[in-house]
Amino acid sequence: MSEHIILTYEISAEDFTRAGEASSDVKSKLKLLGIRPDVVRKVAIAMYEGEINMVIHARGGVITVEISPEEVAMVLTDEGPGIPDVELAMQEGYSTAPDEIRSLGFGAGMGLPNMKKCSDEMDLETTLGVGTTIRMVVKI
Amino acid sequence: MDQFYHDKFYHSVGLQEELCKGCIDCLKRCPTQAIRVRNGKARIESKFCIDCGECIRVCQYHAKQSTYDKADLQKQYAYTIALPDSSLYGQFNNLDDVNLILNTLLAMGFDDVYEVGAAAEIVSEATRAYIKEHADGLPYISTACPSVVRLIRMRFPNLLPNLLPINPPMEVAASLAAQAAMEKTGLPREKIGIFFLSPCPSKVTYARSPLGTKKSQVDHVLAIKELYPQLVSQMEAFQGSIREINACGKIGIGFGRRGGEAAGLLLENYLTADGIENVIRVLEDLEDQKFSNLKFVELSACSGGCVGGVLTVENPYAAEAKLKHLSKYMPVSRSHMEPGIEHLVLQSEEITYEPVLHLGESILESFARLNQVERLCKKLPGLDCGSCGAPTCKALAEDIVRGKAAEQDCAYYVRENLHRLLDETSALSDDVHAGMWGERENLTSLKEQLRKLSEEVALLETFTEKERQEKK
Repeated sequence: MSEHIILTYEISAEDFTRAGEASSDVKSKLKLLGIRPDVVRKVAIAMYEGEINMVIHARGGVITVEISPEEVAMVLTDEGPGIPDVELAMQEGYSTAPDEIRSLGFGAGMGLPNMKKCSDEMDLETTLGVGTTIRMVVKI
Repeated sequence: MDQFYHDKFYHSVGLQEELCKGCIDCLKRCPTQAIRVRNGKARIESKFCIDCGECIRVCQYHAKQSTYDKADLQKQYAYTIALPDSSLYGQFNNLDDVNLILNTLLAMGFDDVYEVGAAAEIVSEATRAYIKEHADGLPYISTACPSVVRLIRMRFPNLLPNLLPINPPMEVAASLAAQAAMEKTGLPREKIGIFFLSPCPSKVTYARSPLGTKKSQVDHVLAIKELYPQLVSQMEAFQGSIREINACGKIGIGFGRRGGEAAGLLLENYLTADGIENVIRVLEDLEDQKFSNLKFVELSACSGGCVGGVLTVENPYAAEAKLKHLSKYMPVSRSHMEPGIEHLVLQSEEITYEPVLHLGESILESFARLNQVERLCKKLPGLDCGSCGAPTCKALAEDIVRGKAAEQDCAYYVRENLHRLLDETSALSDDVHAGMWGERENLTSLKEQLRKLSEEVALLETFTEKERQEKK
C-alpha cells in the first residue's frame, strides 16, 4: 500500500515545550507530498489544537495520522479524564485550562471549535475517567 | 543582465569553486537546505536558494560570494543616480550628518542622489493607508526583504495573500529617481543609470529578477562593502560646502534596522522578527494562525535588519545604534506620497506559489517516495554528520528518493556493510577450516565472499578519494 502513509506519534505531557512537535512534523510531510496548501493548513491547525488539548487536559496520548491521496485522517486517543459536557466544550470561548497554561496564551476556548472548523468530518467519543478519542478527517 | 530577467530562480549568491574546501559549514547553516557537497564542492540548488547570504556569512574560505556590479559602469550612461540604502548611513564612525555621505557620492561622480530612505517614507505612508483601508484584513507581511518574499513563495503559499502588495523602497526609489531624471534632463530612460548601493545579495537578486513587478528600475547594484573604502577616504577629504539634500527623516532611516519599518506605521499590533531562523518560526506560526489581533509583520532575513546584510561592513548592532544617533533630531518624515505616483508604489504583478518542495511529480509518486524516505530514515544513523554531502540524514533520504544520491553516500552505511561482510567471511573461513563442505564449494564461496568485500572496500576508497580532494 504505497499510496497510504501511516504516522504514529506518542504525545508526552512531560515537557510542555515539546507540545506541537507532532503536528509540525505532519505539516512538513504534507508539504513534501505536494498537498494543496489550504489542506495543509487545515490539518496543521486541527491537529495542533488536538495535540495541545491532549497535553493540557489528558496527560498526553497517541495520535495516528493516515494520509491517502483522498484524505488525511487523524485519530487522537488519550486516557485522560474525559469531557463531562461535550456540547459545552464545543462552544467557542469555553475553557477549563488552568491559569498557568492561559498565561502562555493557550486556553482561549477555541481548541475544539477550531478542530471542528478545520475538519470535514469529526467524531468525538469520550467516557469520564476513561479517556477521549477524536477522529478528524480533512478531505484532499 | 537581460538574460536573468526571465529566470525565476535566478540567484546572486554563488560558489567560487576553487576556494571551496567542501567542508560542511554552509551546508549546516543554510536555512532552506539548498546546499549539497558534491565531488568536494558545496553547490547551491537554485530553486531552493533565497539569497539570504547565510552561507556567505559563515564561509571561512570566502568561497560563497555574491555577484554585484562595478562602479565604473557609470561610464555607460549620460546621467547617473546613486540610491543609497538607509543601512549605509550606519556604517561610519563619528558621522553626524547624512548630507556628508550624499555630497560625497556626488563628488564621486554620480549626477544625483536619491535616498532609499525617502522612498521608504512613501512606502510607509502607502502601507499605513493600505492597512487602514483593509482594517479587518489579515496581518500584512512586509515585502521589503526580498529573501523573505522568496521564502514565502516557496514554502508558505498560504501566506501569499498576506504579502503587502507594495514595492520595496529600493524599487520605489528607482522608479521615482528615473522619472525625475527624465523630466529634468530630457534624456531617454536608457541613458540614465540607476545605481543602488546594497547591503545584501537579496536585493541584488531583486534588481535582476524582481517579484511583484515585471522589471526592476534599478539598473545596477553596487555592494556597500566595495564602495566603502573609497567613500570613507573621500568623506574624510571632503571640502567645500555641504549641500542640504537629505530627504528622509526618522522613518526612512529606521528602515535600515530591525523594527524601523513597523515603528513607522504608528500601529500597536505589530510583530517584528529578524534573523532567518526566527523569521521561519514566525512564518510557521502565522501559517497555523497562532497569532491574533496582528496588523503587521515586519520580517528581515538578517539579524539586526538591513544593517546585518552580508555586503555591509559595520557590526549590525553598532550600525543600529549609529542609525538611532543619526536620526535623533530629525523630523519623523521628510518625504510624502505625491498624487500620481501610486502606480509606482503598488505592486503590478502577482506573486505566485513556486512548489519546489514536492518529492515527486504526482501525488502518487510523492506518497511512494515519502514512504521510502520514512524507511530510509530508520536505516540511516541519524547523526546528521554531513559527510554524505547532505545537511541531515533526512535530507539525504529525500535526495536518495529524488534520485540525486545513493545509500552508499552514507559513510556509516558503508562501514556497517563492511563489518557484516567481514563477519560473514570469518565465519565462512572457519567452516572451510573445519572442512564442512567439498573443497571446490569451499573455494567458490570464499572467492565470492572476497569479491563482495573488495567491492565494499572500493566504495570506501571513493570516500577517501573524496576526502583527499576536499583536503586539497
